[in-house]
Amino acid sequence: MDGLDIAVTTLLWVLEILAIAVPVALSVAYITYAERRVIGFMQARKGCNRVGPHGLLQPLADGLKLFLKETIIPAKANKFLFVAAPVIALTPALIAFAVVPFGETRLFGLWDTPHVMSIAHLNVGILYVMAISSLAVYGVLLAGWASNSKYALLGAVRATCQMVSYEIAMGFSLVCVLMLAGTMDLSGIVHAQEGGFWHWYIIPLFPMFLVYFISGCAETNRTPFDLVEGDAELVAGHIVEYSGMWFATFSLAEYAALILISLMTSILFLGGWYAPFPFLDFIPGTFWLLGKAAFFIFVFIWFRATFPRYRYDQMMRLGWKVFLPWTLAWIAVIGIFTYTPGLQDLIAFYQPWR
Amino acid sequence: MGLLQKASKTWLLLELVKGLAVTGRYFFQKKITIEYPEERTPLSPRFRGLHALRRNEHGEERCIACKLCEAVCPAMAITIESEERDDGSRRTTRYDIDLSKCIYCGLCQEACPVDAIVETQIFEYGGETRDVLFYDKKMLLEVGDRYEAQIARNIKADAPYC
Repeated sequence: MDGLDIAVTTLLWVLEILAIAVPVALSVAYITYAERRVIGFMQARKGCNRVGPHGLLQPLADGLKLFLKETIIPAKANKFLFVAAPVIALTPALIAFAVVPFGETRLFGLWDTPHVMSIAHLNVGILYVMAISSLAVYGVLLAGWASNSKYALLGAVRATCQMVSYEIAMGFSLVCVLMLAGTMDLSGIVHAQEGGFWHWYIIPLFPMFLVYFISGCAETNRTPFDLVEGDAELVAGHIVEYSGMWFATFSLAEYAALILISLMTSILFLGGWYAPFPFLDFIPGTFWLLGKAAFFIFVFIWFRATFPRYRYDQMMRLGWKVFLPWTLAWIAVIGIFTYTPGLQDLIAFYQPWR
Repeated sequence: MGLLQKASKTWLLLELVKGLAVTGRYFFQKKITIEYPEERTPLSPRFRGLHALRRNEHGEERCIACKLCEAVCPAMAITIESEERDDGSRRTTRYDIDLSKCIYCGLCQEACPVDAIVETQIFEYGGETRDVLFYDKKMLLEVGDRYEAQIARNIKADAPYC
């Protein structure tokens, strides 16, 4: 491999990364807009509509405002960690996108076989996503610790507890998907669901779909599990001492995680880039995937407009006493189903790899 | 059956779905937002905004300097000085209202025996310094001259209920 090769490969990587990171950042900006609009609509208000047509320039105005604001570092804070925490929160949220398969392409007939559109085609993609999204808790924890403020610390403790508890339920619901798909490769999981919505794993794994999505709410600290921020008790939790761009970095991380959870739910349970009916396949798969993810993002916002916050012990009870046994039971159900004699047709239907 | 119903209610998250249905319905409902500078809510004829001093049909100021308004004002926002005019009538030489003290209770308007001091429907007179909220006699008379038609209409509309 000579210098030119390395340069070209690096350039391609940089382009691939930009092709995902920039749209993610832009969607984060417009999800904040959508959130304000949708919640406004659900409260019979109009929401922000003053900046630009229909308020569409509002995210730009907000971003500009946050850029221009002073970053205040509390005098007694641990300055290094205080500045590092938002970066540590944002990095895992962004690098998890590396393995997300956004669809398949032949590059307008240039390639004979369809290539999966993802930065890194990892054969243990699902483990990678689990591992990376668990790292997000460090940003929150360090932010709470470095702020040297009681509210921030309490928020960080809650966040850690919550993320660790729900990670387990989330992991076990993924095990069910793995048992059916027979692969840890995200594109492989999508391939296993090919051919219409009746192949999607939401049908055999509906309870796991609910568990995964609700755990996703808890994992990204969204309502009704936003005890971390719990403004009634903790002001704003771990972000209470942050301002300006560092504050924006935290919300960027939060919304990037939101997009990731929505994409993962679509990939794992809703057939990823496949259309619900095979005759709709003429629409490019990426649109289907992004459309499904957009729907889940809408549902997240819908949740926020609807549900009150859980009490802390209720949330812990839900995670440990409801989700965990439920997922374990469903693993057994799927295991028994797989080896039940006389169901070969159904098993072959959901486990095409066998 | 009761147990089964309860279990299905819990496990199918029925109550959460009901809640989502409510917000989902509101999503498509007509929005009640009023976009203020362009759209306004209707104001009552009794609305208590900026003060005005009125004149009668001959162009003479109505105020007879009885100082009832000054006496009744709970915020002590009104200051009146008066003396005898050349034609022998008692008139104010000074009539100041400090709007930063005023609580817009409308007692001055109720106390006035000649309907001279009134509160209009104007509420957009804010400024960046305190002194723009200090109205003297000349300014109050100007407000009265300018909005006389509106003031008269509102007083007439409210008269049957006074």
